[in-house]
Amino acid sequence: MSEVPHDLQHMSKRDNFRSLLNRIDHMKLELRGITKKFGALVANDHIDLTVEAGEIHALLGENGAGKSTLMNVLYGLYRAEEGEILLDDKPQHFAGPGDAMAAGIGMVHQHFMLIPVFTVAENVMLGHEETRAGGRLDLAAARTHVREISDRFGFDVDPDALVENLPVGVQQRVEIIKALSRDAKVLVFDEPTAVLTPQETDELMAIMRQLKANGTSIVFITHKLREVREVADRITVIRLGKVVGEASPTATNVELASLMVGRAVDLTVDKGPAVPGEAALSVKNLTVLDPHGQILVNNVSFDVHKGEILAIAGVQGNGQTELTEALMGLQQRVSGEITLDGKSLRGHSVRQVLDAGVGFVPEDRNEDGLVGEFTIAENLMLDRSNAKPFVKRWNVQRSALADFARAKVKEFDVRSQGIETPVGRLSGGNQQKVVLARELSRDLRLFVAAQPTRGLDVGSVEFVHERIVATRDAGTPVIVISTELDEVAALADRILVMYRGRIIGIVPGDTPRAVLGLMMAGEAPAGEGAAA
Amino acid sequence: MSATQGHPTEAVTKTRPPEQSRWDRAFREITTGNAIISVLAVVLALLVGAVMIAFTNKDVQAASGYFFSRPTDLLGAIWNAVAGAYSALFQGSVYNFRRPSFAAGIKPLTETLTFATPLIMAGLGVALGFRVGMFNIGGRGQMLIAAALGGWVGFAVDLPYGLHMVAALVAGILGGALWGGIVGLLKARTGAHEVITTIMLNYVAFYLVSYLLRDGFLKTPGSNNPKSPATQATAVFPDLLGPTYSLHFGFILAIVATIFTWWLLSRSNLGFQFRAVGLNPHAARVAGISVKRIYVYAMLLSGGLIGLAGINQVLGTTTSGFGAGLDSGIGFDAITVALLGRSKPWGVFAAGILFGAFKAGGFSMQAAEGVPIDIVLVVQSLIVLFIAAPPLVRAIFRLPAAGTTRRALPNVTQEVAAK
Repeated sequence: MSEVPHDLQHMSKRDNFRSLLNRIDHMKLELRGITKKFGALVANDHIDLTVEAGEIHALLGENGAGKSTLMNVLYGLYRAEEGEILLDDKPQHFAGPGDAMAAGIGMVHQHFMLIPVFTVAENVMLGHEETRAGGRLDLAAARTHVREISDRFGFDVDPDALVENLPVGVQQRVEIIKALSRDAKVLVFDEPTAVLTPQETDELMAIMRQLKANGTSIVFITHKLREVREVADRITVIRLGKVVGEASPTATNVELASLMVGRAVDLTVDKGPAVPGEAALSVKNLTVLDPHGQILVNNVSFDVHKGEILAIAGVQGNGQTELTEALMGLQQRVSGEITLDGKSLRGHSVRQVLDAGVGFVPEDRNEDGLVGEFTIAENLMLDRSNAKPFVKRWNVQRSALADFARAKVKEFDVRSQGIETPVGRLSGGNQQKVVLARELSRDLRLFVAAQPTRGLDVGSVEFVHERIVATRDAGTPVIVISTELDEVAALADRILVMYRGRIIGIVPGDTPRAVLGLMMAGEAPAGEGAAA
Repeated sequence: MSATQGHPTEAVTKTRPPEQSRWDRAFREITTGNAIISVLAVVLALLVGAVMIAFTNKDVQAASGYFFSRPTDLLGAIWNAVAGAYSALFQGSVYNFRRPSFAAGIKPLTETLTFATPLIMAGLGVALGFRVGMFNIGGRGQMLIAAALGGWVGFAVDLPYGLHMVAALVAGILGGALWGGIVGLLKARTGAHEVITTIMLNYVAFYLVSYLLRDGFLKTPGSNNPKSPATQATAVFPDLLGPTYSLHFGFILAIVATIFTWWLLSRSNLGFQFRAVGLNPHAARVAGISVKRIYVYAMLLSGGLIGLAGINQVLGTTTSGFGAGLDSGIGFDAITVALLGRSKPWGVFAAGILFGAFKAGGFSMQAAEGVPIDIVLVVQSLIVLFIAAPPLVRAIFRLPAAGTTRRALPNVTQEVAAK
């Protein structure tokens, strides 16, 4: 990492010269008084934002603060009621993304806009295909183009690789190449790190710096404080659709967080020492295979005690997901033994596992945790649709459910128009509160939370962490699966690190990050066996 | 409270990852979109139908020849053609003003309800499938098997009045449920897509019943006609309004079926599970609902409701014996009815009556005004077309986009804000 800047200085001089020839030069972006309303709701309220040529400008705000709306206005997807967009002081009118792209604005979306079965080169040329005589696609030109950009920035992307075979981080680079190949001078990254592992995040940061050195202006939308401080030149904080302040990267986490949520935020979880009891969950020699016989979880054994939080850390895709699914009865090919309070859980259906007293927060709440079109109340009874207290003799007990839902909405501070609001209309934080409210309202013997704060704003993270600690303090064994080291450090009493389906080690909760980082990369901690 | 409340914009645009494919979303919007689209689709279809009536009318064609000398002639001819056709449609389906007494004048309405009865029943079955995310195109096969089993009980078994009818009814419903249940079982066990299996089972049912009518236990002794014996009087549905009207007990059953389906979907826990699986099978599975079992239950019930339509024909409408053409397109019309009714039980009920009216009124339109009955089919098809393309209807009537009432609002606020 440290040699990159040297390299870059050298490279940027050469490239600045080249860019003059290539008409890739700096561009200044200015948004003036942008106002965007959705009915009565003012999503953007006279927002001013200036991104100087060649700077990384972070747009920081909670979920729902209006960041994405603003960027959609910039990209021509929404039309603002008021305000103007200026590029190099010239007013612009974008009727659609095509205009924005032509003017030099590129967008790297949170969810990639790539076709999985196409190669990198095909994806990059998609939309402005070059053709040779007779309308044949000029794939060679696209390939060269990809290689050129890839080499220039050290992306290491093979133009002939199928996109579906690439890791997420590399797919993101393909998106960046796509934008650059259309001569983007301002690149907008919309929550780019939400899907990345810590390593990939670091790599992305390096790429951003490199792009900046090359003269590209960057708008970096995020709600992650650490990343902002690491990479941004200037920070604009928006809250409730308004710019509430500018900050420099030297501001502390607490200062930034308070600006974002408008009140003082406690970033450390208030957590007393654990009082572990007897072992409740015992996993022995658990192995999970995928339908093709590939080993996903490899001979894993561990215990979880009452009143402790065991964090399962690891880079995404090292078997954590499959391990939790095996615990929940969601995996087909499982061998080994899982016992909860002395009773075997292996081979049980999801229904039986839930009935045995396991609470589960799935890692993808939209896909696995909630039915978006269902109301808050309906989602709260999703896991108890066949028994008391919400069902009697085939009939859903609507008044009992409504009472329950009202109580839970209050207890978990779910902000909504009421219990009949479809969950899909809630913000991510409030959706997660609904999932928590449901899972924590049964009598639990084990609580499993997978990526419980992924994509949540600071205020919600705080709330979720408090509830998890409270569950532990009530004497319930808790497993938290997280790829975020911040979260692992904040919550864990013990940390289990997984790598390629195996347990690399189980270490105390206060293990330094550097050690955890090494373990996540596959190095066993010094002086300990592989599976403690 | 106001701190982070009410920012649905990002929630809508961002927290909806591409978890379900475009097809799933389109399927859901087409099958369960809002009622206004349905009503407007009917209005649009009738308008386009009016244009076609005008074009095919001889007087209109004649008057258009001298349009520039006397334009009012053309307009008058168009008015006569369209108004005549649609008033004939109305008189043939609701109330005939030319009849002397109320009792005679109201007869078309009872015809409409008789035609509507099987459409409502089968429509409910298809709608139930839609709500679980399944496309049951097997109405024809399920009706035929229901008619075969129930019909056989109806003509071959000797039971006392009333009991006989109930037995035949139960046999019919079970037949439909069996034919639907096979589809559910195949989907749950092997993942076979229901669209393919239902279409194939339609063929199996059709040729099986054809064979049984010719050489099997449905054959009328001493007849070469591939037609079953007549249903025994002890099993025939009673008339509701006396022998002058064709309306029979089946219509009461259609109302009961509608209430049952409504209760099932919006009040029962099984219906809750149906809807959960239909909207997000992943979340349903993680919440402990056995998605496979739900597929089987849903197809059993869907087939049972369609089977009710089949047995209704044998015990109520064509009691003189049935052939292999018994379903006469009802199994497919039911899909349209379910779509028009937005897969909601009372919506299906209303849509079924509208389609019953088209069937009843179509004949009198042809008889009275010489308008080809095909126009009715065109109107029906256009309704489906407009429903399947909701953005088109929205664009024509300038309605807000699906799911969000916000999209269109900026157009309004623009002027306000610009002041």
